[in-house]
Amino acid sequence: MANRIPRVPVREQDPKVRAHNFEEVCLGYNLEEAMLEASRCLHCKNPRCVTACPVQVQIPDFIAKVAEGDVAGAAAVIAKDSSLPAVCGRVCPQETQCEGSCILGVKGEPVAIGKLERFVADESRRTAAGKSLEGKACRTRPEKVAVIGSGPAGLACAADLAKMGYGVTIFEALHKAGGVLEYGIPEFRLPKEVVLKGEVDDVRALGVEIETDVIVGRTITVDQLFDEEGFSAVFIGTGAGLPRFMGIPGENLNGVFSANEFLTRNNLMKAFRDDYLTPIRAGKKVCVVGGGNVAMDAARTALRLGADTSIIYRRTEVELPARREEVHHAKEEGVDFQMLCNPVEVLGDEKGWVRALRCIRMELGEPDESGRRSPVPIPGSEFEIPAETVIMALGTSPNPLIANTTGGLDANRRGCLVADEQGATTRPGVFAGGDAVTGAATVILAMGAGRTAAAAIDKYLKNK
Amino acid sequence: MYEIIKKEMLTPLISRMVVAAPRVASAALPGQFLMVRVDEKGERIPLTISDIDAKNGTVTIVTQEVGASTRDINALPQGAGFLDVVGPLGQASDFVKLPQEQLAQMRYVFIAGGVGTAPVYPQVKWLKAHGVAVDVIIGARTRDLFIYVDEMRAACDHLFLCTDDGSEGFHGLVTARLEALYAEGKRYTQAVAIGPMIMMKFAAATCRKLELPVIVSLNTLMVDGTGMCGACRVSVGGKTRFACVDGPEFDGWEVDFDEAMRRQGQYRNEEQEAREHHECRIGRDK
Repeated sequence: MANRIPRVPVREQDPKVRAHNFEEVCLGYNLEEAMLEASRCLHCKNPRCVTACPVQVQIPDFIAKVAEGDVAGAAAVIAKDSSLPAVCGRVCPQETQCEGSCILGVKGEPVAIGKLERFVADESRRTAAGKSLEGKACRTRPEKVAVIGSGPAGLACAADLAKMGYGVTIFEALHKAGGVLEYGIPEFRLPKEVVLKGEVDDVRALGVEIETDVIVGRTITVDQLFDEEGFSAVFIGTGAGLPRFMGIPGENLNGVFSANEFLTRNNLMKAFRDDYLTPIRAGKKVCVVGGGNVAMDAARTALRLGADTSIIYRRTEVELPARREEVHHAKEEGVDFQMLCNPVEVLGDEKGWVRALRCIRMELGEPDESGRRSPVPIPGSEFEIPAETVIMALGTSPNPLIANTTGGLDANRRGCLVADEQGATTRPGVFAGGDAVTGAATVILAMGAGRTAAAAIDKYLKNK
Repeated sequence: MYEIIKKEMLTPLISRMVVAAPRVASAALPGQFLMVRVDEKGERIPLTISDIDAKNGTVTIVTQEVGASTRDINALPQGAGFLDVVGPLGQASDFVKLPQEQLAQMRYVFIAGGVGTAPVYPQVKWLKAHGVAVDVIIGARTRDLFIYVDEMRAACDHLFLCTDDGSEGFHGLVTARLEALYAEGKRYTQAVAIGPMIMMKFAAATCRKLELPVIVSLNTLMVDGTGMCGACRVSVGGKTRFACVDGPEFDGWEVDFDEAMRRQGQYRNEEQEAREHHECRIGRDK
């Protein structure tokens, strides 16, 4: 029986070693391990894993190829539905999606779909020696589509549109393509040169042009894209890049950063490397406020920069929104977790630098509208945690720039663009998807939205 | 690559470059800024725009060497280029949105200090082109450090120079010059102060005393320049604002300059170290 084989563990860097470097934590399967793990798949008639995947990768099909040792065949199966398999294999929350729906998970452990996807992507890139998996798509349609933002939503949308035969240009505000994959997710979870650049280059190889250093809403407007640059439709995948702060006293002291700033300095600007000029400061003791994946990324980055690091979260460990794997990795590496604890003030020294974070103990009260029990402060329980650096990882919201500079494009109270299920916004010809519409969510949901919008754009242009 | 079409040194530490950046040039308005990156390992450095030539697709930037990155910028020769030029960033000056009849009522005085004189120039030019009365006060430590004197004299109604050492023009600070003008009976409806943070702080205080509204342009720390990082946050009227997207120009009466100056120095130790240890790479890699 295939399911008698236990899930094949994946090799990882030793926590004591990796806590001091930015090399990737997970080392991935080799062919032998991957084939063994692939042999565990039951090949269900109605594969629930596929339904649970936001881009509907044909999971049992690619796993069957892996079981046969046909890596190129597996890669071809995945490429039909996903342009970023090496990324998704690393950063998708598989436990709540494909693996969370795996029948084997009912009584035992689900097939390691994410690790297999990652293996296929890495191995096929290694053996193809830089050759694109698919090659240039044929331009069969006269229309050009502008894609704003080169994050997961934009890349997925652009790849699909190019495959349909449209001319596609991605406009990226930063100097590098990848969006949050480039500036937000650290090297130790998603290596930039080896993994991300390869997948972005694959999208380019489909014929997609990527123009960096263009801030739509400033450098050029959506109206100009239609009127002056000859685009017939626009997809907005600009993500959720604006950091939130708590609004507590002392937040503008020196040494208080948004997680976005800390991570952008480290990831996009490579401040952790001595040969790059952008500075970063962690100090000896860092408090990271928040409990999501971004908080884990910031904490594990601070740790690697040499700081003693604590996560400050107002609920309990059960409610931590971060992926289990990230929490587990952070703990293994030595990040301290202060649960049921909420900052009330950042305290500074006489020169205006952070010296401590003043917190209050919390307890869980009644469930709120999200179903989670709301944390309530315990009166009189304030205490101080000494810290040189405080990093606020409280979530992000969409940048209002495009909504503010594009007539007829509506956003809601939270700054999210209003779009229907197909991604159509309130302005004809303008589509949107990913975090720009939903607020901060996951890479794979953004990719799914990008694909859906690509199909809708195709329909729109054919009916025009 | 964004080519440096023309380069000259205005002082031993201040360069002026005309850079080919057609998209930036066709969109930029007075008051906005841009960011450059010299090479793959360089920082993203925010710089004010000192002239815009949409027809030829160029922008002019003026850079004062203050650290390793600005030294790298100033070491770039004519004909070389920047890896990245992105912009325009931030909000345009308020006056570009004012109706002509309201503009015609305005009497502007610009208070410029050091390298801050450069971004004053496109604003003065724009206002003069729209028929607005504009005087300019430029301050420098000593006469050799003045920049944009001839350009400004040609562009504005009256130019007043001040030096700390009395080597040229009025002997004293820009704030004293403004007060002296008021004592002579001059009156303005709007001041704009651009220069070192400390100069803007005192200019704002003086304007407040004279009941003269004043706009200041804040040169804060920034990483992305698009509202993503919050490194540039400043307190204006007790509220936290992002200089990169809400600014860079703010009501000078309302800005918490002490906090802004403290935050500006946040990486001083790291910058010091970079200045001492970073050997200029320009010309060696290529």
